[in-house]
Amino acid sequence: MSRGVLSTDKRGMRELGAEEKVGWDAVTQGVALYSFEGETKGAAFIKPEERAYTDFNSYTATVASWRVVKPVYNRDICIDCQNCWVWCPDVSIISRDKQMLGIDYDHCKGCGVCVEVCPTNPKSLLMFSEAIENDTALSGWPEKKKKEK
Amino acid sequence: MAKEFELNEVEVWDGNYATSQALRQAQIDVVAAYPITPSTPIVEGYGSYVANGYIDGEFVMVESEHAAMSGCIGAAAAGGRVATATSSQGFALMAEVLYQASGMRLPIVLTVVNRALASPLNVRGDHADMYLGRDSGWIQMDAFNAQEAYDLALCAFRIGENHAVRLPVMMHQDGFTTSHKAQNVYPLQDSVAYKFVGDYKPVDEMLDFSRPVTHGAQTEEDWHFEHKAKQHKALMDSRSVIDEVLVEFKTLTGREYKRVESYMMEDAEVALVLLGSSVETAVLAAKQLREEEGIKVGIIAPRCFRPFPYDLVRDVIENSPVKTLCCLDKSSPGGAMGALFNEVSAAAYSTGTRPLMTNYIYGLGGRDFAVDEAKRIMKEQKAHADAGHITTEIQQFSGLRGPKLGFFETRRS
Repeated sequence: MSRGVLSTDKRGMRELGAEEKVGWDAVTQGVALYSFEGETKGAAFIKPEERAYTDFNSYTATVASWRVVKPVYNRDICIDCQNCWVWCPDVSIISRDKQMLGIDYDHCKGCGVCVEVCPTNPKSLLMFSEAIENDTALSGWPEKKKKEK
Repeated sequence: MAKEFELNEVEVWDGNYATSQALRQAQIDVVAAYPITPSTPIVEGYGSYVANGYIDGEFVMVESEHAAMSGCIGAAAAGGRVATATSSQGFALMAEVLYQASGMRLPIVLTVVNRALASPLNVRGDHADMYLGRDSGWIQMDAFNAQEAYDLALCAFRIGENHAVRLPVMMHQDGFTTSHKAQNVYPLQDSVAYKFVGDYKPVDEMLDFSRPVTHGAQTEEDWHFEHKAKQHKALMDSRSVIDEVLVEFKTLTGREYKRVESYMMEDAEVALVLLGSSVETAVLAAKQLREEEGIKVGIIAPRCFRPFPYDLVRDVIENSPVKTLCCLDKSSPGGAMGALFNEVSAAAYSTGTRPLMTNYIYGLGGRDFAVDEAKRIMKEQKAHADAGHITTEIQQFSGLRGPKLGFFETRRS
């Protein structure tokens, strides 16, 4: 299965469960779950989409259904300051070479921290209902606020 | 590199000190501990060995026993050889985390100095804490004196760390009667002891950065049952590993231990089954009664409380003419028969002979169990055997002041 950066790249997302019938003799000892197939040297320097994740790593498990509101990202306003990337508690801001690419909607739980820490005017990230399409959200983006004296 | 500790061929050690020496010789990487009477000197000793350069390890001071076992789990998951000690209320506070240690298959060694559980508050020895651990998934071994506390602590590492086992091990001794009674102990020299225990070979260790691993994941109805079944099988199968380690220890030291100790059972007509320091009292009483009154008394003492040695208990019963078995439980039974009575009855029921089974609750809160009382109980069992049925209530209390207390009689048509 090919793996990409964003959720739209279809990396085989699924909810983990006992869909495969594995017997007591085949489960891991002590629920020890490995992130990668085999040994991995310097995983921190390998891009996530290039790592040999196992099914037990959350990379291929989605928690999108936990979310009721979502952040929408506006590329036209973003200054690539990386604030949201630093603060996101679920590593769901995708950034490459210090350039913001978007939201990982498979792992974002909609906490809104990214919106809170965004310093631009207007904000480059805003929370919307799940039901609203991203294009619709972007077409109604607020104007820059004037400074009040 | 740790300094070698000079040891004589015979030392005068109490059970606590003997245990702390065993932990030192096993070169534990981490002890996370919170002090509680009567087990405190075990970890206090380890702390002083670290401070004085006799061990390359870390002593982690924590705010409670819950945190102590949590710290042990962290260190064990990281890949270290880990041990700690506790008693009574501390054990009770640890209880939640004990199940995590066994479920995560971390071979931590917990040296338990048995003490009564409050209320009423009591620092003396009974088996309430040991019994509290019996469903926790740990291996539970029981030492009857200081020498055994030392020997079995060394064996505990070998058993739990075996890759086919990978389970935590409790090594029990009785509070004060064993932990604080100085006796002759024959220690191994440091190099001999360490060679027996061996280097720790970690499994799924978190400090192996080339293979990042998650420990203690959540499972619901989808996986929990399979993991618990696998864990139970490992505990049941650990019996053969325990036997192997004990045989190897005998080869090294000449000191023989079995999962079930038995004394004078070959021709025994009646037998007492009991645990801990009372075993030596009972053996002495049995010998005297054989001489004085010719009553053939034998003693059965499970060395291994978990996994319970149903197989060996049955063997002992079947290879003996025993007619009455009296199980003595040193823990308040809380609305049931004593746990030892229940386990031994299950083993006895699977024999062809099915001896009469009786139960005594004794020694709670450190109440003395003396030779004369042991003899009285033995003579009473002989009366059952002669009558061919149990002539008293099945469960009675020994050493209790006030009117006789007993429960449950055999229904005879």
